[in-house]
Amino acid sequence: MNRILIVGAGHAGGSAAALLHQYGHTGPITLIGDEPYWPYQRPPLSKAWLKGEAGEDELQLRPPSFYEEREIAVRRSASIVAIDREAKTVRLASGEQVPYDSLILATGARARLLPIPGATLGGVLALRTAADAEALKARLGPGRRLLVVGGGYIGLEAAASARALGAQVTVVEREPRLLARVAGEALSGFFHAYHVQRGVRFVLGASVAALEGEDGQVRAALLDHGERLPCDVALIGVGAIPNQELAQAAGLPCQDGVIVDGHARTADPAIYAIGDVTRRPLPLYGRDFRLESVPSALEQAKQAAASLTRRPPPAPEVPWFWSDQYDLKLQIAGLPFDVDRLVVRGDPSSIRFAVFHLNGQVIQAVEAVNAPAEFMGGRLLIGARKPVMIEKLADPTVSMKEVAA
Amino acid sequence: MTKITYIEFGGTEHIVDVRNGLSVMEGAIKNNVPGIDADCGGACACATCHVYVDEAWREKTGSASAMEESMLDFAQNVEPNSRLSCQIRVTDALDGLIVRLPEDQH
Repeated sequence: MNRILIVGAGHAGGSAAALLHQYGHTGPITLIGDEPYWPYQRPPLSKAWLKGEAGEDELQLRPPSFYEEREIAVRRSASIVAIDREAKTVRLASGEQVPYDSLILATGARARLLPIPGATLGGVLALRTAADAEALKARLGPGRRLLVVGGGYIGLEAAASARALGAQVTVVEREPRLLARVAGEALSGFFHAYHVQRGVRFVLGASVAALEGEDGQVRAALLDHGERLPCDVALIGVGAIPNQELAQAAGLPCQDGVIVDGHARTADPAIYAIGDVTRRPLPLYGRDFRLESVPSALEQAKQAAASLTRRPPPAPEVPWFWSDQYDLKLQIAGLPFDVDRLVVRGDPSSIRFAVFHLNGQVIQAVEAVNAPAEFMGGRLLIGARKPVMIEKLADPTVSMKEVAA
Repeated sequence: MTKITYIEFGGTEHIVDVRNGLSVMEGAIKNNVPGIDADCGGACACATCHVYVDEAWREKTGSASAMEESMLDFAQNVEPNSRLSCQIRVTDALDGLIVRLPEDQH
């Protein structure tokens, strides 16, 4: 009997449980998560859900009956404190020991905190969990002042949703441009202008030195250059830290993420790791990377489930991401490694364009705004490592089908 | 509630009741109908909720937006009656809708 225990009931863990069943695993499957919810989707928390366009049960990855019908045991509000690799058990906070034959770590990542005075005041929030999103939503509304620390995707999505709810929004970003860690300059400039037109104020190249409060509630942020920004709620969106402590304490190799191979295996043959907590090989780019995305979590869930059920591994996917802000749909495929050339296809002022990042004639990544054909065609070409004709790629009158042909 | 029939690639039929306002994709997920992946959760970002709309229902389900059309253009095994099921809203007018699912979504 192969008892599979999955630690972490997020997108990665929930999907792994479903895939194991789908792939024909016949032994017991147990899913343990420390949140009180059934496995749910995090992406809408900063988008449709925050704006009130999606309800609670629409967040659920699958209905509770899904797990019941398949005899997948889901234990919620339960945290694991240790792994005993020798005995093949995990210990819960309650002291209970749960045995496994195979273990899948899907512990995710947590929001990075700001080590500044006032960081623990009421109204200083992160946006990672449904509980975080509830707290943020409760504090947003017409006239409320939201301060966002960090101009990354979470911050910008929350800013767009907060504007839709009538809140005033100021975003403080340490780097001189938005999305500095994750997107090219052309895209940064475009999103900056688009948010400004919709009333968001940006303070770039500045850090928050302290948060100030009254009666335990945040009331203002003090910036390093002396400016004071009044606010009713502060959202900290400055990146995430992998929840690798359990693996580390058990002696599994970690380096900003649990190190896994292309089958999601850790150094221990009985232990797999998937999702945001892992540092995984990206064969397309010849390097290891820690990806924080739903598609990556799904791919690794497939890798682990395939390996555990002795099925052929899934074909390597091109990493991809998406973000919704206002009426903009941003879709990104690939990662901009080893790039020596940029091609902008279409006109950014038309709010339908794509930025291709190339190495020679090979597309490494594409950032597509309201341009699904560029995203889909780009994704195909990235996966195929197929050189493209630059003149065709740069000419929006030539269809992506033809560019990809 | 609106009755929708999902037919898996292998022929298995699932006749389920779906709440109006949900998408045809959500109707499948909430009723544990296999064969629709919906990786992006309904953001029209991934093309993994591809279905074939029964000929009799093509008019009532409307036509794909330019965005959906472009996504479908690059999906596998696309037919004239292909749709992304996250983009079809369930209403009373779709009571009895029949959709067929592709062999796989990737």
